[in-house]
Amino acid sequence: MAATAVTAPPKPGRTSASRRVGGRGLTGLGVGVVTLWLSVIVLLPLAALTAKSLDGGLSAFWDSVTSRQAIAALKFTLAVSVIVAVINAIAGVAIAWTLVRDEFPGRRVVNAVIDLPFAMPTIVAGITLLALWGPKSPVGVNLAFTQVSVALALLFVTLPFGVRAVQPVLIELDREMEEAAASLGASGPTIFRRIVLPNLMPAVLSGAALAFARAVGEFGSVVLISGNKPFDTQVSSVFIFKQIESDNATGAAAVSVVLLAVSLLMLIALRVIESWGSRHDR
Amino acid sequence: MTASPVGRLSIRVFALGYLALLLAIPIGVVLYRTFEPGVGAVIDSITTPAAVSAFWLTIEIAAIAVPLNTIFGIVAALVLVRTRIRGKWLLQAVIDLPFAISPVVIGLALFLLFGRTGWLGPTLTDWGIQVIFSVPGMVLATIFVCLPFVVREVAPVLREIGDEQEQAAATLGASRWQTFRRITLPAIRWGVAYGVVLSTARAIGEFGAVSVVSGKISGETVTLPLLVENRYSNFDLSGAYAASALLAVIALATLLAMTVLQRKGDSR
Repeated sequence: MAATAVTAPPKPGRTSASRRVGGRGLTGLGVGVVTLWLSVIVLLPLAALTAKSLDGGLSAFWDSVTSRQAIAALKFTLAVSVIVAVINAIAGVAIAWTLVRDEFPGRRVVNAVIDLPFAMPTIVAGITLLALWGPKSPVGVNLAFTQVSVALALLFVTLPFGVRAVQPVLIELDREMEEAAASLGASGPTIFRRIVLPNLMPAVLSGAALAFARAVGEFGSVVLISGNKPFDTQVSSVFIFKQIESDNATGAAAVSVVLLAVSLLMLIALRVIESWGSRHDR
Repeated sequence: MTASPVGRLSIRVFALGYLALLLAIPIGVVLYRTFEPGVGAVIDSITTPAAVSAFWLTIEIAAIAVPLNTIFGIVAALVLVRTRIRGKWLLQAVIDLPFAISPVVIGLALFLLFGRTGWLGPTLTDWGIQVIFSVPGMVLATIFVCLPFVVREVAPVLREIGDEQEQAAATLGASRWQTFRRITLPAIRWGVAYGVVLSTARAIGEFGAVSVVSGKISGETVTLPLLVENRYSNFDLSGAYAASALLAVIALATLLAMTVLQRKGDSR
């Protein structure tokens, strides 16, 4: 769902005619409305954020970004996000495979449940995980305020990305190739590694990139379960929030700009993966 | 893939076990904990004045943000798919941006623009409009985080249906508005509906961005997700669970709507 690109190239033969239907009216008014809306809602606030981060000059910006606590938070955020993206990709392929190729009762319910983390408020996700893995755990496993709990929360909220990126590709995948390989004597794992996985790779990567991007910025599900221990379980988004609360807007803005840069890099990477994927199709 | 029965079964066990540990069991436990003190206690806890005001504020914010985003989303999708302007990639990148930015950063950016010392804050205060620590700021934050949903659902549908019918209508003398209302809108309605459901879910559940700009004034700027956090931090566990359950019911309704709409969209 979220993995569908808005950027797919327009179908040939339609673009030339669309100029007439869109017409000057739509182009002029529509572009005006969209640009104005995006400027007020998105670009102007981000510009204010960037300006604020440089309030004390470049050296103050650098000091905020490279303070020991900020660096520790950023390192942990990036590391845990990479781990989450990888686990999410592996689990995503397994779950998508089960949903597409396997038969078992209740498959449609499971398929619907995958989207639950998208529908569920992030703070509720955090509370839910705390109920099982928190101080009052019925199974006696208290993971609250550990780095593992942060990963758990991030895995929860990013679950749909991995599955929903891979699922449609797996449905469309031509099974003749696999049958041919099987008739030539290839084993199940070999077929998966040599035929299925290469075909799924662009989708897996784009799902992983989306999960990573989401994990880096995630706040609501992490804020309670992480315990926000500096140099341990503190992630960048919570660090920024604490800086805002202690009235250090400039420092918060500086770290925000770094996170923003990571997001932008991720978006660019996603574009590259998506265009690679669509080239793969042809 | 022609997996062996053992291979098939082990993948199934892994996939379903993963889902059980991450989703099903935690949700089951939280539901049990919620209703442990009895249904009456839950109802009492979600009908306190603070909870009722949080509920209505959440609905109010969604009711403003979602329609605005829907109109913007349709117009933006039309611009992206049906016009040929330069720099479209840039437009797409900016529209996708809210998905990639941390909610806290979004909240901070709005705070720095509309706050006491922000670029627009003092002017707006002179006009008697308070944005930060008040409802307008929370609406802006919600619009920001929900921005891409409708566009992302509508643009692919527009691309897929093509514009032959629109052209035919135009040839037969329909005005642009008539063409949109009679041809385009019916064709994209399921996409729009799906986008609306996704934005509504996100608008109701948004925590990070709203949390930064709300100021958490009890009874005034506390939404349901903020109430959950507030109660949990004040060690009112059962209260937090009850408010979570209310949000979870909304989430389940959303999920149901998503499933139904997906099927409608597919059968088109």
